[in-house]
Amino acid sequence: MSLALALVAAALFSCGTYLLLQRTLTRIILGIALLGHGTVLLLQVSGGRAGEVPLVGPGDSTEGVVDPLPEALALTAIVITFGITAFLLAIAYRSWVLSRSDEVQDDIEDRRVARARDAAERRRFEAEYEDELTEFADDEPAGGAER
Amino acid sequence: MRVLVPLVVVLPLLGAAVALLAAGSRPAQRLISVATLAMTCGIGVAILVGVEADGIAAVQVGAWEAPIGITLAVDLMAGLFLLVSLLTVLVVLVFAIGQDADHRRIFHPSYLVLTAGVSMSFVAGDLFNLFVAFEVMLIASYVLITLGATREQIRAGMTYVVINLTASTLFVTTIAFVYAATGTLNFADLAERFPVLPDAVRLGIGLALLVVFGVKAAIFPLFGWLPDSYPTAPTSITAVFAGLLTKVGVYAIIRTQTILGLEDLGGLILVVAGLTMIIGVLGAIAQDDVKRILSFHIISQIGYMIMGLGLWTAAGLAGAVIYVVHQIPVKTVLFLVGGLVEHTTGTGTLSRVGGLLRRAPVIAVLFLLPALSLAGIPPFSGFVAKLALVEAGLGREAWVIVGVALVGSILTLVSMTKIWAGVFWGEPDEAPPIAASMLAERLRPPPVMTGATVAAVALTLGIAIVAGPLYELSARAASDLVDPAAYIAAVNGS
Repeated sequence: MSLALALVAAALFSCGTYLLLQRTLTRIILGIALLGHGTVLLLQVSGGRAGEVPLVGPGDSTEGVVDPLPEALALTAIVITFGITAFLLAIAYRSWVLSRSDEVQDDIEDRRVARARDAAERRRFEAEYEDELTEFADDEPAGGAER
Repeated sequence: MRVLVPLVVVLPLLGAAVALLAAGSRPAQRLISVATLAMTCGIGVAILVGVEADGIAAVQVGAWEAPIGITLAVDLMAGLFLLVSLLTVLVVLVFAIGQDADHRRIFHPSYLVLTAGVSMSFVAGDLFNLFVAFEVMLIASYVLITLGATREQIRAGMTYVVINLTASTLFVTTIAFVYAATGTLNFADLAERFPVLPDAVRLGIGLALLVVFGVKAAIFPLFGWLPDSYPTAPTSITAVFAGLLTKVGVYAIIRTQTILGLEDLGGLILVVAGLTMIIGVLGAIAQDDVKRILSFHIISQIGYMIMGLGLWTAAGLAGAVIYVVHQIPVKTVLFLVGGLVEHTTGTGTLSRVGGLLRRAPVIAVLFLLPALSLAGIPPFSGFVAKLALVEAGLGREAWVIVGVALVGSILTLVSMTKIWAGVFWGEPDEAPPIAASMLAERLRPPPVMTGATVAAVALTLGIAIVAGPLYELSARAASDLVDPAAYIAAVNGS
């Protein structure tokens, strides 16, 4: 196995992972493209050492001929990555048209549920400590206004 | 009979092409889709009957010999899942037509491609074809989930696409490792070459495969994307995703773990299964929207399926198989009823609906039957499936996971009660989004939608009725999984 190929695959994987963890969709797409290249290289490396072109007729010796299967797999993987990248770019464009930003947003519904729970807790807290809170009731509005 | 196996993939793909050509006319598209899926269902029945009678059916595509060419193989597990999935897909298509969800021209072609991808996942006989099948299925699902192109759908769709792409990339990476380690990707070939590898390589690859399919199946802790993205799509699409996509992931987990003989991972899978059940259902209890509650339930139920695998006995696997067969239609029908609720009241938020039991009793009954089934109340299919799993757990003296499974069932019932009390009993707490005068005419959803839901409920009840023979079939499927000799012989022999 070629050390150079393995190192290049490792570099592609680490850069791809770094980009994938970003918040902007454009960077995520670039990250996925890099990861895709990394996997294709890895598929090549998994086939073993480099060798002769795998074009043999009946009766020819297969000695020193490279394994053609990983190459076929790599071709399929390249086509799929290409299609997906195009689709992701379309989504990123649509997202930009709709909201003028390509940051991946949080789940709004999830945050709504979390906020509802916080509000319920605050109400319970206020009911529990009502006496203590009313003691400072006079200072409260003034302080709030200043802030 | 073997000639039928490729047809479950080819027919929907051809149908998709024709539907794309007929993009100008919606009635033509509808006719093509329904006819294609009905034919595919017929083929699914024929395949299951054939596999039941003659054993595993294996086809070498293009007559290339087994380890090199593309192998398609259907055993009893794949045959059962295939048939239930195809029936569910057909029912949901009818629902979508009734709901008028197919007004975009690309809907029918995408839907048929999705079906082809699901079928291909079940019949794929090697790892790389499984990957291609997943991609076909997922690309169609990316299109369907963002079909409306609203802001919310694009937001949720991005998360969904990026997560699935990451998992797919990891899948190809794992495939490269498997090929480097064994020199083959064919399942039957792997069953012989994989167990002799050093433990570190074997477990590393096994864990990587578990993570890859775990993302697709939404097991703990890889489920975060599911409740975020599923509820945003139109009902019919969420229903088919909920019923099928995660179960295809479960199928892939069961298939790869058993054929590679990764018994050492059983303990880990049990831990993950228990956490998936409990955390999923606790998430469901915290929500207050019908579709979101149901989305968290998907996760919780996945825990039960992989619990059967984690027990690593024939009884456990039989329980897992019957659980998936029961879960595909039940989960789908609950989402369809959720869609009916949203259609009649304009929202699925629990605090804004109420009293549907009085105003739309049919919907209430349609919800109650599968909800009780999901919670595992006798005599419904969920009870049969859970009983099989609990018995298998007791048989292996795995007390903890059995206890966790039973607690999970009770919590499932609690959260189903929450939907029942919120939607069907009482009065809305807040102003409903639709005025009472308008509500009267909406209380009758289109008969096609109701009809499709009734058909889906009938399918779930039918599973309970044939539970005895079905369990026998599952047990036979499980014995093939425990001892893959028959699978290997079928693939290499033909």
